[in-house]
Amino acid sequence: MSSQDLVTIKPENRPTDLLQEVENLKFQGYRFVQICCTRVPEGFELTYSFDKDYELKNLRFTLADGEGITSITSLYLPAFVCENEIHDLFGVPINHIAKGLDFGGKFFRLAEKTPWHDLPKGGAH
Amino acid sequence: MGKHTVVPFGPQHPVLPEPIHLDLELDDEKVVRAIPSIGYIHRGLEKLVEKREFKEYVFIAERICGICAFGHGWGYCKSVEGLMNIEIPLRAKYLRTIWHELSRIHSHLLWLGLMADGMGFESLFMHSWRLREQVLDIFEKTTGGRVIFSACKIGGVRRDIEDSELHGIATILKGMRDEVRTITDIFFKEPTSVSRLKDVGILSKEAAIATCAVGPMVRASGIPLDYRVADTSGVYRELNFTPVSTDTCDCYGRCWVRVQEIFASLDMICQAIEKIPAGDIAVPVKGNPNGEYFARLEQPRGEAFYYVKGNNTTHLTRFRVRTPTNMNLPAMVEALKGCDYADVPMIVLTIDPCISCTER
Repeated sequence: MSSQDLVTIKPENRPTDLLQEVENLKFQGYRFVQICCTRVPEGFELTYSFDKDYELKNLRFTLADGEGITSITSLYLPAFVCENEIHDLFGVPINHIAKGLDFGGKFFRLAEKTPWHDLPKGGAH
Repeated sequence: MGKHTVVPFGPQHPVLPEPIHLDLELDDEKVVRAIPSIGYIHRGLEKLVEKREFKEYVFIAERICGICAFGHGWGYCKSVEGLMNIEIPLRAKYLRTIWHELSRIHSHLLWLGLMADGMGFESLFMHSWRLREQVLDIFEKTTGGRVIFSACKIGGVRRDIEDSELHGIATILKGMRDEVRTITDIFFKEPTSVSRLKDVGILSKEAAIATCAVGPMVRASGIPLDYRVADTSGVYRELNFTPVSTDTCDCYGRCWVRVQEIFASLDMICQAIEKIPAGDIAVPVKGNPNGEYFARLEQPRGEAFYYVKGNNTTHLTRFRVRTPTNMNLPAMVEALKGCDYADVPMIVLTIDPCISCTER
């Protein structure tokens, strides 16, 4: 497996597939590494990365604007840091974050609400 | 049942050079739960990638953190080089490894000073920072900068180090090794240090796995997880290197791992100086990045993750960094459970939190 491995989850199979895939990875001994959110014209592209024996496995899917996703903190508690960050910066709703770890939009003290929600203007775009 | 209280810890606190807040739920003097809160100084540096050309952005990446500045520059370059299929010259790999390991020594000595200061061991604080100055002097001599020195660029490094200068560095480091040995031997045998660190802030092996901890935090819980073992962007595989780990799972173990890593880095630099080949230090970079790439690098505080995405223009569309402290926050919360209130500063210091990295 190369460290650039990417498994794409089809929209119709989410969110059941996400939790199922993550549970499979946990069962296989994978370590949670990160969640990356990227603003794309179709919505928000989410990439979940996991590691085992220094090899990465990435799960990828795209959410439409306003669409929410279930938290994976029930399987990997440390994901709350990335999930709160994605919620605060991009405005992606993350449901069922572990008790006491859902900061409800107050994880980051921001001057502007969800500053990375809109598609970037200028630069590369 | 004892008296239940919630005590705020931070964002301003003598042991916290940077702002982080903890709500400590206490049962009498015992911590039963800690809820972390960050985000006081978030800078949005990832977003700046849209405004700077991909070759220029390395200067921004270095400014993510003033302690692991070189590592962040390297991590960014590594991810763009991976995306563009650029193979850098071997001499550049050696130079990057040397500067990165010097940064690790500088980071661990800085942490040792803060740790000593936090427990009132002022002479150790002054000695470790005095030794750290020698590393900063090497940075200044070889690059012109002491903290952010912009030695890394996409395709290699900006500056070479003369062989005679490299041997001079090896001599300085051999002298430093003896001095570090002297001060750390005292630190580890001093009864006050031992009583403040031994069996305090326990993070069991199982908890370290569950919290996905990285760096010295996880290595002190008996798991020798160190990305340098798998890293081919430097020359770690050509050096005699084994990850430092211990299974004491406490604050003492985390201190011991970091100190042993200073010696390991000193050894690696001396080995690299002996083996460094002659040759170019950079290759030309043609075209624009297109596609995406995931990369990782073992920073002084643990594994950092980098992601870049390009669309064949001069600007990347996305750059993402997941820093080691991001992953160590849940582990810190776990280590705080059940500790005495008076031990909280020691436990927080032994994770070596870098809020600057976290608030990139």
